[in-house]
Amino acid sequence: MNTANQYLKAIYLIQQQDNEPAATGRVADMLDVSPASANEMIGKLEDRGLAEHEKYKGVSLTDDGIVRARDALQTYCIIERFLANVLGVEEFRAEARELEPVIDGTVAERLDTIIDRKPECPDCFDPELDACRCLDVAFESEPESEQPAD
Amino acid sequence: MSLGQQVGSDRQLARLLQIGIVLEEVVEARAHRHYQSLAADERDLDAEIEELLSHAADESADHRKRLEDLIEGLTVDSVPFDEIETLVEARYGKTKPEDFDGVLYDQLCNEETAYKFYDDLIEAIEASDAEFSVDREHVVEVLEGLKDEERDGVERVTTIMEERE
Repeated sequence: MNTANQYLKAIYLIQQQDNEPAATGRVADMLDVSPASANEMIGKLEDRGLAEHEKYKGVSLTDDGIVRARDALQTYCIIERFLANVLGVEEFRAEARELEPVIDGTVAERLDTIIDRKPECPDCFDPELDACRCLDVAFESEPESEQPAD
Repeated sequence: MSLGQQVGSDRQLARLLQIGIVLEEVVEARAHRHYQSLAADERDLDAEIEELLSHAADESADHRKRLEDLIEGLTVDSVPFDEIETLVEARYGKTKPEDFDGVLYDQLCNEETAYKFYDDLIEAIEASDAEFSVDREHVVEVLEGLKDEERDGVERVTTIMEERE
């Protein structure tokens, strides 16, 4: 159900990082799926008017796609912050990735009422850290993703 | 990042049940605070809303107990329920609804959100072939019961809202 949102979020973050259309291979890598699966879902996003795919260039989000992607990113930020700050989960990023497909935006909105989130969210999200830059936690505990070089 | 809407382990299931407890905590705290914030004379005048909020708070407490019982059967570290309760209470000590319509609308959102959460959780458990320390059918049965009660809650609030239009 939320798979489309995860694709939109991934495309959005890659576009932000690269400042150009997102290569399908990069999207597949980020989501850990096959390029064929990524192509199929990108086709569906195009059909829904959320993305545009140009051969040899990559995929870009439409205005509607950007709105949906930012909502999905915000939901993800809420889950991360809730896990880290309310429940004290050390591996909040790994758990947020697991929980993301099950936690709907409306549920996240309720969780949002008991966390302190910055007004600039989700622009404060750092794709390298896979977390909000404003989150006051130690990032050394993440075992699964690479740490950015200082 | 992982794709797919499944619950694959005791730990993940426990975390989702814990989130359910927080949502119920939020419902209870908001219902309680909203009730407390109504002026004494208003409370007397509106027994219907008083009964609605009182029922919502009792039901949420009961739902939390059922979720806690499920977590107890899972192989996970204990989770600090008391701390969560304190935190949610502290948050809602500051909130105040603007009027009766605000109270009803907020209560409707609470019930709808909880319904959606249980619905998604059941779907995710059913999509998974993972084995849990507790019987999967029992977990789904309990969650279906909670979902049904949330749906009844939505209908209850909607009926009152329609009567007042």
